[in-house]
Amino acid sequence: MTEISLTNLTFYILSFCIIAGGIFTVSSRNLFHSAVFLVFTLFSVAGMFVMLNAYLLAAIQVLIYVGAVAMLMIFGVMLTTRLADVRLRHVNEQSWPALAICGFFLAFLVYGLWDTPFTVSGVPMPADTAHALGTLLMTKYVLPFEVVSLLLLAALVGAVVIAKKD
Amino acid sequence: MLELRGIIDAIWSFIVGLLAGLGIPQWAIELVGYALIAVVMFGVVAVIVLFLVWWERKVSAKMQDRLGPMRVGWHGIIQTIADAIKLLQKEDITPKAIDFPIHFWAPVVTFVAAFMVYVTVPFGKGLIVSDLSVGVLYIIAITTFTVIGLLMAGWGSNNKYSLLGGFRSAAQVVSYEVPLSLALLGVIMISQTLSLGTIVTQQDNLLKWYVWRQPLGFLIFWIAATAECNRTPFDLPEADSELVAGFVTEYSGMKFAMFFLAEFVNMFTASVVAVTLFFGGWMSPFGPDFGPSWMWFLGKTMFFVFVLMWFRWTYPRLRVDQLMGFAWKVLLPLAFLNILLTGLGIYLFDGLK
Repeated sequence: MTEISLTNLTFYILSFCIIAGGIFTVSSRNLFHSAVFLVFTLFSVAGMFVMLNAYLLAAIQVLIYVGAVAMLMIFGVMLTTRLADVRLRHVNEQSWPALAICGFFLAFLVYGLWDTPFTVSGVPMPADTAHALGTLLMTKYVLPFEVVSLLLLAALVGAVVIAKKD
Repeated sequence: MLELRGIIDAIWSFIVGLLAGLGIPQWAIELVGYALIAVVMFGVVAVIVLFLVWWERKVSAKMQDRLGPMRVGWHGIIQTIADAIKLLQKEDITPKAIDFPIHFWAPVVTFVAAFMVYVTVPFGKGLIVSDLSVGVLYIIAITTFTVIGLLMAGWGSNNKYSLLGGFRSAAQVVSYEVPLSLALLGVIMISQTLSLGTIVTQQDNLLKWYVWRQPLGFLIFWIAATAECNRTPFDLPEADSELVAGFVTEYSGMKFAMFFLAEFVNMFTASVVAVTLFFGGWMSPFGPDFGPSWMWFLGKTMFFVFVLMWFRWTYPRLRVDQLMGFAWKVLLPLAFLNILLTGLGIYLFDGLK
């Protein structure tokens, strides 16, 4: 069943990168290392999107998250005192209940995924997803699109108002 | 006649025949193909960059009434190779207090990100590794990776000058990314595609170059691209009079060379994007099939690289506050104006696409 093909191989390598990157992101004690691992993880997710032929999503993923993580690094360095040498505790007394709840949700998700019959659409992949997506956003889904733009604009104005203190 | 695609195809089918004759499975041949493409692309860009380093030294020398490198080879043309070999052999000094993994990986990230752009660059007729349907977006996305590399270099070096250099670079690149992307939007609106291959084939003679319909877009793009490459007048991340050498202060030997080469690769990338989107890419200005396409591409791109060098040796450096003010208060409104004008143009003269 699992015959060797480049697609399979790429899938396993990417999955490994995503999971390992994610684990290192949350378990690293250095904020800067966490941020670098986050970039690695998000980039691997972009690779996964490429494997699924979702090129637009992959490009957007890299474009948005890389810039965002760069900002995260800057804030991390500027707002955290003694970022590298202080040894913070990563866990508190609620770690075991948290693990139990996470485990429960994991089991729930696995159960759900196991039972879901994934239907494959017979429609062939559109060659240029960007074009179709753009058309849909500007015609059928123009209202949600505008609402999101307005929300972002409000956030932008709010940030400027809060930051400007004089 | 001088098109390279046919030759490459012939070589590749010869290799496939050879490997299949040896009984190597299909997926391994595929893998060999990908590896070969990667190596060839790397080689081509690396040779171009070695040439550019020499050329920059020559241009700067001419502008300052000097001779520049003259000793190694004809007019010093293999000076860069000698320098690269020297840098390879040099001792790699790593300071004691650095954040080692970050310090180690920073040049790698910068270098790899700089080269990854060339996946979707059309070097000539049929000379494109993969004509992605989101080519323009891909290039913009990958070039942002430079920021991560420079921030890593700045942080990992554990040095105030490096950190300031890395931070300046991050602020600068993230800020100029916005007008740059918006300036390219004008071309995308007219061409109705994000694929670089299609954008090139649409501009098949001098009059169809998008620069005539997007003069403002080109100007904004070119200024922002200069800033993205951290070139003078926007070279604040490595302003040597203020920051020693910025983020490269603690790097030596080949690691320094990787940053140095990545800078030249980025310079070439900026010129490639300018040529492909605004000046017809590999299409000759006198209609298709006039001379070898890859020569047109290289000629046009080299001209724009020369313009970048010209900037560097002519203009003084901006101040930090001027830099940010210029991006957000001048370039960004102009970019929005450009998009508005383009939309109006498409609405009024619908024949544009």
